[in-house]
Parts: sequence; C-alpha cells; structure tokens
Amino acid sequence: MPAATRYLGKPLKRKEDPRLIQGLAHYVDDIVLPGLHHAAILRSPYAHAQIRSVDVSKAQSAPGVVLVLTGADLRGSIGAVPCAAQIPDMKAAPRPVLAHDRVRFVGEGVAVVVATDRYAARDAIDLIEVDYEPLTPVVDPEKALEKGSTVLYDGYKDNVAYRWELEGGDLKAAFKKADKVIKQRLVNQRLIPVAMETRGVVAEYKPGERQLTLWSSTQIPHLLRTQIASMLDVPEHSVRVITPEVGGGFGSKLNVYVEEALLGYLAMRLGKPVKWIETRRENMQGTTHGRDQIDDVEVAFKRDGTILGLRIHVIADLGAYYQLLTPLIPTLTGLMASGCYKIPAIRTEIIGVLTNKMSTDAYRGAGRPEATYLVERALDLVAAELKNDPADLRRKNFPKLEDFPYATPTGIIYDSANYPRSLDLALKMSDYKKLRQEQAKARKQGRCVGIGLSTYVEICAMGPSSAMPAGGWESATVRIEPSGMINILTGASPHGQGQETSFAQLGAEILGLEPDDVNVIHGDTSIVPYGIGTFGSRGTAVGGVAAYQSLMKLREKLAALAGFLLGEDPSKLVFADMKIFSKFQPKKSLAFGEVVAAAYSAKTLPPNMEPGLDATSFYEPKNFTFPFGAHVCVVEIDTETGDVRLIKYVAVDDCGNVLNPLLVEGQVHGGIVQAFGQAMLEEAVYDEQGQLITGELMDYAIPRASDMPWMETGRTVTPSPVNPLGVKGVGEAGTIGATPALANAVADALAPFGVRHVDMPFKRERIWKLMQKGSRRAK
Amino acid sequence: MIPAPFEYAAPKTLEEALRLVERHGDEAKILAGGHSLLPLMKLRLAQPRYVIDIGRLRGMSYIREENGHIAIGALTTHAEIESSNLLRAKCPLLAETAAAIGDVQVRNRGTLGGNLAHADPAADYPAALLALDVEIVAASTAGARTIPVNEFFLDMLTTALRPGEILSQVRVTPLAAHTGAAYEKLPQPASGFAIVGVAARLRLGKGGKIEDAGVGVTGLGPKAFRAEAVEKALRGKKASDKIFTDAARYAAQGVEPLADLHASADYRREMASVYTRRALKRAFARAQGKA
Amino acid sequence: MSAEIQVRVNGKSYESQIEPRLLLVHYLRDVLGLTGTHIGCETSLCGACTVLLDGKTVKSCTVLAVQASGSEITTIEGLSAQAPTNGNGLHPVQEAFWEKHGLQCGYCTPGMILASVELLRANPNPSQPEIRHALSGNLCRCTGYQHIVQAVEFAAKKMKSRKR
Repeated sequence: MPAATRYLGKPLKRKEDPRLIQGLAHYVDDIVLPGLHHAAILRSPYAHAQIRSVDVSKAQSAPGVVLVLTGADLRGSIGAVPCAAQIPDMKAAPRPVLAHDRVRFVGEGVAVVVATDRYAARDAIDLIEVDYEPLTPVVDPEKALEKGSTVLYDGYKDNVAYRWELEGGDLKAAFKKADKVIKQRLVNQRLIPVAMETRGVVAEYKPGERQLTLWSSTQIPHLLRTQIASMLDVPEHSVRVITPEVGGGFGSKLNVYVEEALLGYLAMRLGKPVKWIETRRENMQGTTHGRDQIDDVEVAFKRDGTILGLRIHVIADLGAYYQLLTPLIPTLTGLMASGCYKIPAIRTEIIGVLTNKMSTDAYRGAGRPEATYLVERALDLVAAELKNDPADLRRKNFPKLEDFPYATPTGIIYDSANYPRSLDLALKMSDYKKLRQEQAKARKQGRCVGIGLSTYVEICAMGPSSAMPAGGWESATVRIEPSGMINILTGASPHGQGQETSFAQLGAEILGLEPDDVNVIHGDTSIVPYGIGTFGSRGTAVGGVAAYQSLMKLREKLAALAGFLLGEDPSKLVFADMKIFSKFQPKKSLAFGEVVAAAYSAKTLPPNMEPGLDATSFYEPKNFTFPFGAHVCVVEIDTETGDVRLIKYVAVDDCGNVLNPLLVEGQVHGGIVQAFGQAMLEEAVYDEQGQLITGELMDYAIPRASDMPWMETGRTVTPSPVNPLGVKGVGEAGTIGATPALANAVADALAPFGVRHVDMPFKRERIWKLMQKGSRRAK
Repeated sequence: MIPAPFEYAAPKTLEEALRLVERHGDEAKILAGGHSLLPLMKLRLAQPRYVIDIGRLRGMSYIREENGHIAIGALTTHAEIESSNLLRAKCPLLAETAAAIGDVQVRNRGTLGGNLAHADPAADYPAALLALDVEIVAASTAGARTIPVNEFFLDMLTTALRPGEILSQVRVTPLAAHTGAAYEKLPQPASGFAIVGVAARLRLGKGGKIEDAGVGVTGLGPKAFRAEAVEKALRGKKASDKIFTDAARYAAQGVEPLADLHASADYRREMASVYTRRALKRAFARAQGKA
Repeated sequence: MSAEIQVRVNGKSYESQIEPRLLLVHYLRDVLGLTGTHIGCETSLCGACTVLLDGKTVKSCTVLAVQASGSEITTIEGLSAQAPTNGNGLHPVQEAFWEKHGLQCGYCTPGMILASVELLRANPNPSQPEIRHALSGNLCRCTGYQHIVQAVEFAAKKMKSRKR
C-alpha cells in the first residue's frame, strides 16, 4: 500500500448508508413479485421422535392454501443438505429437506404449506396432524458418549461423529520436563447468532427461460447456487442467486439451508413465486448455533513461567445433522491452540458428538474464539498459580520478533506480528499499573473488582485453497465503463462490513479518481463472476486483494495507452485528480476520461492492445493472515447479587494495514459486544427433553446499549507480508480477543473467594453461588 | 408470529364495552394497549374468538386529583404515569415504577389497566400498588365496585375481576408527609421483567421512628404480594440499616418462590431480601428528604 | 371479518379494508409497501419495527393495524419531512448515523433512528447513559452501539446549532 494516500486509510463515510438510513434498501422480505405466494413450515415439537403419520387433509382444504407437502412427499426429489467438511472416518449425518421418518431436533421441518398470503399459510400449519412416537432425546454430549446411550442414527453403534487429533512437538517430554501441570475443564457454551434479520428466501421460476431465481439472505451466493443446483438436480446455469441487503450474518448465513432448496423446489413445482421468511423462533431453533465445546486442558510449565506444553481434549457438540461446515469448525480450535505463544508441544484431540439439537457451525470466530479462550484462560491459571502478573507471563512466552514468520507446532505459519507492542499499548492506554493499585484498594474496601487481560492471535483471510473445503480464493472484476465510471464486481458478498466503500476507496486511490466514481457490485450470481463469499475475515484480505489486482491490471493498461498517446514511458505516469500525467513533465497530461474513451473508441490503440477496459482476477492467498492484539478490561461484581458490571474496556488490535479506520473500529466494537454477550448473557439452553428453552429473545438475552461502557480502541500496524495490500482482516477480532479478557477479569475478581475458574456465561446466580461458597470457606 | 383470526369490536363508551364483555364472556379478551395480550395471541397461546378493543373508550386515560386521592384511568400509559407531574409530586413511587417497565416504546403503548388485569407475576406495577395500598375500581353493567389491591392478585395471571368486569380506575392515596418510597428491581436480562422487584414505602415519625410501612414484592412467587412480615418487623421501630436488614429477611416468608431459567427459588428468595433492604434504605433516605 | 381503517402515513391518507388481526407492521409493509420498517424479534423486544404513532415510538409488531386507525404514523421513509433538512433530504439524526458510522447491516437502523428522534425531542441534550438507556428497546447486533451513541450526540449538537 502506498505510504501517502488520498483515500486509503481514511475514515470515509459509507456509500451504502443513504439507502439504509432512509428505509430504501431491500432485504429479502422487501422483495415483492406479482402473484407471490407464501410458505410456512410445520416443525417438530420433539427433539427425537419417529414420525408415524402426517395428515394434511384439513390443511389442504383451508382457505388460500395451494399446496401442502410432507417429508414423505419430497423423498427423492431434493438432495440432502451438503457438508463441505471432510474428516477421515467421519460418519455421515445428512439432513433431509423435510424429515420423513425421524425428527432429530426441535424445530426440524416436517411439512410445508404454500398459500396465497402469509396469514393463511400460518393458519394452515395448525391444521396439520402429525402422529409422533417420541424417542429418548440425546441432549448432553457427554451422556451421548456413554455406553447404552440412545443412538441418533440407526446402524451407527454410537453417537461419535468423528475423532480428530493433531500433535506437534514432543508432548511427553514437555510434560516430563514440567515443574507443574494444571488441569482445567472449560465449557464454551452453545450460542445463537441472532442476526437481526432472520433468514428468508424468495424463489421464482420462469419455465420458458428455465430460470430459477433465488433471493436469499446468505453470505455465500455462488456456493449456494452450486449447491442448490445440485440439490434440485438442475443445471447450474439455470439457477441465479441474488443476495439483496443482508441484515447480519455472523457465520449463521454461511450455509446452505433446507429452506433455500425447498423454496426453489416449490417455485418450480407451482410455477409461482414463493416467499418464506423465518420467524424469530424458527431462527433460534433452526439457524445454525455456535461454539458448544467442553474443553479439558492440561498445561505444563516451568517454575519461571515458561509454558512447555498443552494437552487439549475437546468434546464438540455438533447437533443432529451436518450443515455446510459443522464438523470442521472444532478443528480450527486445534489449529489455533498455540495462541500467540511459543509453546513447544501441543496435542489436541477432538470428539465430535451427535445430539438431538440444532447443528453447530460457524459463528463469528468459528473455532478460534474457543482456542483463544482456552489458551488465555490457561495462561491466567498459570499466572495465578505462580503469582505472576498475567501481563508479564504473557510477555515471557511471546515468540521473539525474529521468530517471524513463526511456525507453530500445530502446523501453521504466523505471517507477522509484534505482540509486545500491542500489549504495551493496551497496558498504557488502560493505565494498567494504576488499575492494579485501585483494585488492591477496592479489595480492602470489600469490593469485588477484577482486571482481565488477553493477548490473542487469530487466523484470517480464509484462505489458501489447499486448506479450505471449497476453495479459498476470491474473484473481482473491474470494469471501467466508457464514461469513465468504475464498476468493481466482487465475489465477496459483504453484508454490513462496508466494502462498497472501502473497495471504492481502493479504486479511487489506484486510478486517481473520487470514491463516488467507483461503484461496487456484489451478491448476484448472474452479474458477478464466481466468488466464495464473505466470512472468516476474508472480505478485504482476500476479496480486497482480488479487487486490487484487477485494478492494477487496468491501471497498467491505461498507463500503456496513455503513454502511447502522450509519447511518455508508462512507468513515469501518475494517476491523480482524474488525470493521467507525466511525473516529470506534468504538461504531458490527459483527462482520465479521455484515455478511457480512447480505449473504447479503439481508433488510436497501440499495436496488440485489445479495446475495452475490463479485468478479472482470481486471487489465491499463499497463506492465511494472523491479526493479533491485546485487550484489557475491568469488571466489578455486586457482592450481594453476583451481578457483573463491565466498567472499563480497552482494545488494541492489529489487523495490518487499514483501508478505512471507521469500518475497522465498527468491526472491533461489534465483536467486543458480541463477546460480552457470550461472556455475560448468552447461552442456548436445551432442557432434558431437548426443548430449546431460550427460544425467543424474551429468554435469550443479547447485549443492549445500556450494558456497555465506553470502549477505548487503539491500533498498531504490522502489515501482512502475505498480500500486496498488507491487510489482515478484522471481522472476528472482537469475539476472539474479548471473550477471554472478560472471563479473565471475572476470574480475577473472584480470586479472593478461592475461585480459580468459572464458566461462561457469568449469570448473576452462578457468580453469587460461588461467592456464597467462597465466603463460607473464608469464615 | 401471526395471531389467529378473531372478531373485533371497538366500542366508544364504557357502557357499550361492558355490554360486549358481558355478552361474550369467556370467548372475549379485552384489548387495551395490547402489550400483554398481543404477544400471547401472536404465540397463539391466546386465541380469543372476540377481541374487544377498549383503547378507544373516551375518558379512560387521565391522572387527576379527586376527593383527596389520585385517580388514574385504566388506559393511562406507562409513559404518561412516568412523566406525570402530579404523580412525581405526590406519589413519585408510581412514576419511578412505570419508568422501570420495559423500554420507551413499550411504555408509550402499554397501559396501567392492561398490565394489572393481565397479572403477570413478574410485572412491576403490582409491587408499587401493594406498597401504596391502592384501590382498584372494576366497572360492570351492574355498576362499579372497589377492590383493595391486596385482594386483587389471586394467582398467576388471575385477578379478582369477575366475568363481565372491566378494570376502569386505580385510586392512589398521595404519600403522607415524612414518607419516602422506592422501587428496586433485579431485571430478567432478556425481557426486563422483574426476577424480583420490591417497592417500599416508609412514613417516619419523631426521632426516625417508622410509623407506617408498606412493602410490595413482585417476581418472587406466582403473584405479587404484600410482605406483611417485613412491614410488621418495621412498624414502631427506629429506622436503621440494621432494622432494614433484619426486616428484609422476612421478604419471602410464606412464599414458595418461582424457579426458572433465570433464577432458582433459592436465589429469588435471597434476592427478595437484598432488594427489600435496598428499597427500604432508599425509601428511608427519601423520607428524610435525602436522595 | 374485515374492518375499515383510516390512517395518515408520512403525510398521506389511506383507507383500507383489512383483517382485524393484521399487525400494523404488516399493514405498513405489505399493504402500503413501506418496507423500511423491519421485523426483528416479533416479541416487542428488538425495536426494528419502531414507528412513530401520533408522534410517539411504538413497536409496530405489537400493535394491530385497527388500533392505529385514525392515527398519524411516521415511518423511516417519511422522517425527513419531519425536520429541517440540510438540503440533502435527510433528517439530522439520519445524517448523524451516516456521519458517525452508526450502522453496519442497517437492519436495526430505521428503528434505532426513530427511537433517537423521540429521545432528542424529549431531551435535546442527552448524556451518554441517557442515550444508552433510551435506546435499550432497540437491539443492534453489529455496531456494539458505540457509534450509535456518538451519532445521537452528534445529532443533538447539530439540531441545536440549526435551531439558532
């Protein structure tokens, strides 16, 4: 990235906002087509049951109803939900579009109604009669592993989906050499992503053109198109996927869902456009969940605080079926188990377990928050054991600057970092020393104050195709239109991240134009070249680099053409102020538009130059990127109620070079607050019968404005050597870095009560009970 | 989330509404602001055949002084109670409690009468109304009758209102001199309803002696109740932190606390004591003209 | 059964025959085509469906359209007509959300903006805790709220200076 820039690195206001702040944007439910029908889905009230029979006769004759279909009706018509993850010896757990013999979680679809309006469709659902034979639900993943547990799938001897292990370094030796070993069980609870917009699909089929168009609230339009074509067994070029505005995803829309295929099928079968909009309850029950690991950690260390080895055992609750990446997510925990430390030996064993719950899959961070959480908790446990300051202990175990690129025992290579610098800045910004003094004072007054620290590294810019289940590159086409206006078509599919703005900044910078001259198009498979999508903090770090490459190709072509027209060496040309001119003889100058016009009029082109200005790149990253940072926070606990209040938050993040700091700050804020949600409030709770009792926002609390204090953010900049922009990605930093900081603060606060560890979420009663027990012990 | 179909009537006068309520009996639900009823209907937990919308009744939304008490019309919204100068001056506890309900949008729409008639065991108002010992007026075609609030809440979602009655008014006695009152609640983190909510009213005599006390507790059990054991432990005593702490221990006496996802029975019981003490302390400070 | 309603929405009068059970949010979106008002939670918690009903914010997923008959409704689409704009057709609160990056996916934004408008009407100079409290009926999953708080502060400043 050039050092002095006009637009890059500047906090430009977003180009996408005017339509959003005026209510003029179109989300899926805002799409209206002539003759639109509405679908509603009857869902299983049982976690585990055999379907004896389904009687749809009353529903079929209800007013407005045009079609009712059951799982049995659809058998053989639509393929199962695809799973892109391949783990050796993994059992299959494919999800049918509608259940036909057995239901395996509360919320699984059993029948679908199509009616002329949404109210009629909803009414008819109540008229379908299903005869279920309840089976024993398998809810607790540990019990699911016990001998004699009910098994979810006939023909399987147990509920183990797979076993996966990864070992690097000499673990035996590490544990032998250790002065001490600490063991701790950590539960990373199940979360519900709760994008503010639920999922939704509109499908339209034009039989004459044989074109199926799906509008879907998804993060991956192209992958969805490929998979839907396969599920419906239609040629891929007959399917067009459009993602209109998407109201948040956080990984939960990085998937292929049964409703997407079902709606396509219904539109084709009826020859009418059909809409389905998920209710919030359906969203809580039937859109993928996140996390849900039980992690047993053993950390081996020397008396001086040197960490020697980590042994990790993970029980990952996968739910009943595989969604797109379900089995893969826990393995990312194993990959990132080194954290930002030089740990010579690490072994991770994962057991993926099938239970009667909704599938888990990617949720903001996807496997890495779990890794960071366990490493950062382990570091704090060691620090507490040795009575070391957690900041000092971390510093002691950081790799040295000259160790980069740093190869971890888990087999990955950290691109670049300066961990001490971000830690120092976070300590300085938070006035850490003073915080500790104030804490000591507060404790003397009987107050319960905790300070939490985390230093983290994450794996982003997903990723090199060799390491990705479905390709890790990204595409971008840049078209300079004859009038000189720029269209960037990106295969990434942003949904709130702001790439319509940051890519326009990139285009303006490279071509010497204004950001308003650059338009960014995404999310329509008929317009945009095949792409992978937006997830894994890859929008800018992969998609942005593809755009950069295409822009550079056109810049080169324009320079060649301008050089030819001006009689100047193209390498001496400058693009600025809507002009292309000679660096040394500024009078040798052409308006940008003149050069573009020349490319299209094609009357005075250099020999062998094709007319037109259109370039496509498929950028294949040669490594992941590894953003990092340091977070510090302070909590105070009400000793009478256990209520935890966050009173200070400082975050220093290093995501390499930055295209637009405003957008980066927004990502960091949002991620921290989602981490706060996991730490303090959120948990998907299933009861013993497998009922999701946090099935509405009345019971599943997500953070509100009033929960949060002011967050102070700082940045260090360590460019990534992996890509020419030096960018790393930032979308998931908050949930990865903040969760352990908050957990460490709460554990620190409770230390005087003899508490070493407490599992999230830090609900009042849980904390209160620990304090009660601790006070009694003290007495 | 769509309600099942129903027949709808929007009477203009109370008389007309009462006739409809009488005629349709159990098959009808009364709709005021809708913030208790509509969520149930959308979940189809309530599927009334008739909905009688009393939201258009004239003259049911007011806060005024009448014969030495303050009369509040059943259709008065939480926001109106929260911002009423009359209440802020003469019975700030009610305004404070209204402000603790839900959020701005809910308070703009939800009504006092609807809230009370619904009798959610975790609603905020009941605690304050019990502490204030208000009277509730129920209208019917036979005329109006007055129900002391202490006899109003019978059980979870059940009140002393009889078939054919509409809650029309709440009568509040203004706080006497040297009286302070406060509402303290531990909110359920998702919904904002009270896990435990305690309203306390204290009237002080000479030398800080507690001459009268009213303590209402919501959220703890299946219905809001007056913590008479707490009141008894306070009356006639000299106010002090210790007396508040001691009295607050009785907050859950005789009550089988609810237990749910958000709080066990034990925790609710303990929190009832904690929040009772907090409410008492703040009420005391206010009675002394502080805070 | 159907009922007749008359409403004024964003300054325009409408008369419609509707089912009494029709929710106001569906009336605005599906009957009038004003899709700027969103549906987020359906349990009157998230505030995405917030509109101004006779000048006060309500959650339109928990109001029947029949209850709104005779009322004046402002949705996000009609907000800019409510205040002196800067010539760009935007209400100062809209401008502030844009300026301060108070939105990401934009789904909660119309409700968030209308809730902020009501706050600033009642309290033209709110503190940060007051802003956070006033917006506690509006959930946002993207921004972490901080830029929203800043946007409201910025709008307050802007509206004051414009009054002068």
